[in-house]
Amino acid sequence: MMDEQFAEGDSLLHKRDPKAKIIASAIFITAAALTRSSTAAAMFLAFAAILCALTGLPLRPILKRLLAVNSFTFFLWITLPPTYGGNEFITLGPLSLSVEGIRLAALITLKTNAVVLAIIALLGTSRIANTGHALETLHLPQGLCFIMLFSYRYIFVIYQEYQRLVRAARLRCFKPATNIHTYRTFGYLFGMTLVKSWNRASRVHQAMILRGFDGHLIPLSQDRYRRSDTLFLLVILTLTLSIALVGFQYP
Amino acid sequence: MSKQPLIELRNISYLYPHSTGPILENLNFSTQEKHIGVIGSNGCGKTTFFQIIVGLLTPTAGQLLFHGKEIKDKNRMRDLRREVGFLFQNSDDQLFSPTVIEDVAFGPLNLGYSQTAAKKTAIETLAKLGLEGFEERITHRLSGGEKKLVALATILAMEPKMLLLDEPTNNLDPKTRLRLISILQGLDLHQIIISHDWDFLEQTGSTLYRIEDGHIHRCEEDHIHVHSHIHKAGDYPHRHGH
Ligand SMILES: Nc1ncnc2c1ncn2[C@@H]1O[C@H](COP(=O)(O)OP(=O)(O)OP(=O)(O)O)[C@@H](O)[C@H]1O
Ligand SMILES: [Mg+2]
Repeated sequence: MMDEQFAEGDSLLHKRDPKAKIIASAIFITAAALTRSSTAAAMFLAFAAILCALTGLPLRPILKRLLAVNSFTFFLWITLPPTYGGNEFITLGPLSLSVEGIRLAALITLKTNAVVLAIIALLGTSRIANTGHALETLHLPQGLCFIMLFSYRYIFVIYQEYQRLVRAARLRCFKPATNIHTYRTFGYLFGMTLVKSWNRASRVHQAMILRGFDGHLIPLSQDRYRRSDTLFLLVILTLTLSIALVGFQYP
Repeated sequence: MSKQPLIELRNISYLYPHSTGPILENLNFSTQEKHIGVIGSNGCGKTTFFQIIVGLLTPTAGQLLFHGKEIKDKNRMRDLRREVGFLFQNSDDQLFSPTVIEDVAFGPLNLGYSQTAAKKTAIETLAKLGLEGFEERITHRLSGGEKKLVALATILAMEPKMLLLDEPTNNLDPKTRLRLISILQGLDLHQIIISHDWDFLEQTGSTLYRIEDGHIHRCEEDHIHVHSHIHKAGDYPHRHGH
């Protein structure tokens, strides 16, 4: 995300207008998040995977994102099955695992992966500036667009400041261990990261103001909404709704 | 050039919130010379002085005049910022777009240029600074010297009349430093340069001003003594007897 690495490319999805992609992802995410059917969730995942394949992006960075997300769902797999309760249980040695717990963990995992892949395919394939601009033309409150654009800048700034401080600590032979010195050092590192990021972010903001920035980020490349974008939107909408209907049939 | 100085400060005082004493006090200054060098010890308020000129800080007292008229509203401030470009002490604070071309085109786009015109201006400005082929480079992966030159490009792309340069030669290697000097000499612009680099000030033909005890005053000619030998502690402006 720092380099907007997914935005480089010239696939069918890269060429779509960000407005169409924002609406498409809003529809997809809502439908995928609301479904209670594992069948539908699996279909959403397949759909999102196909979209990702259409972007022609390299597999590795995408898998890396999925790995990061699934380190969270991993915790669901450890906690839900033993604790969820219900009527059916599977006994595995000393453990008795709730079937409903397993089902729920699976459902959440499928949904999460589907949403992440859809975001990469739909939102990741536009530059942040273009997406921000599209949000504005979709009449989202300006404040909201501003926050979105700036969280993007801040994440980058915070990350850099943190790295700089960690490097400085390491250069002075700091080795993390389980003791008060380590905890205190990390406390200082996080605290200083926040303070320094805040200061840097305000200087960056000043630099932007001096160059005439007034809250609207104007993208350098112009997007044009074409008929193919409407077509694209209709295809996504139809498929998403069909999957949602499948979800009602097979709950 | 009109008779009115581009920028004039009248009785400006500035006090940072929560600080004990004012950094600048009753400071008077106007841009009479085309090339001005500003010197002063670390922490004497040089950067603060620039931030007041471009309205990033609002003085606690005094007036800021632009083309002889006091700045009263946002629109006038915007005009001032268009005509006065500020090169920050730290270029990392100045570059924020993913790619160089986006960063350089940022100002022109905000000024209302079309996408095509902004891109053209950006490419021309980069070429003028010898940065052809830098368009798609990732800004935060540039070297320190390249960042400085790109930051200069982002400002020049807005076609300012005056440049405020805050220690531009800091951390530049001799070659990049010379390159920057020759670029600045080639620009037909008013320049105010904060620097501890005496040779640099000499080569850009600057009239020297010193900030001291909250005031700014022109250095007396017979006190100025530009020299190029190496000092062990030579980054502070100094006078001595030879
Ligand atoms: N945001 C701030 N809040 C409080 N005090 C500040 C702030 N910024 C700067 N100062 C103080 O104001 C004084 C002047 O700072 P300024 O950055 O203008 O100095 P400078 O002359 O540019 O120094 P240098 O040569 O080190 O760049 C310093 O003593 C500094 O500690
Ligand atoms: Mg300074």
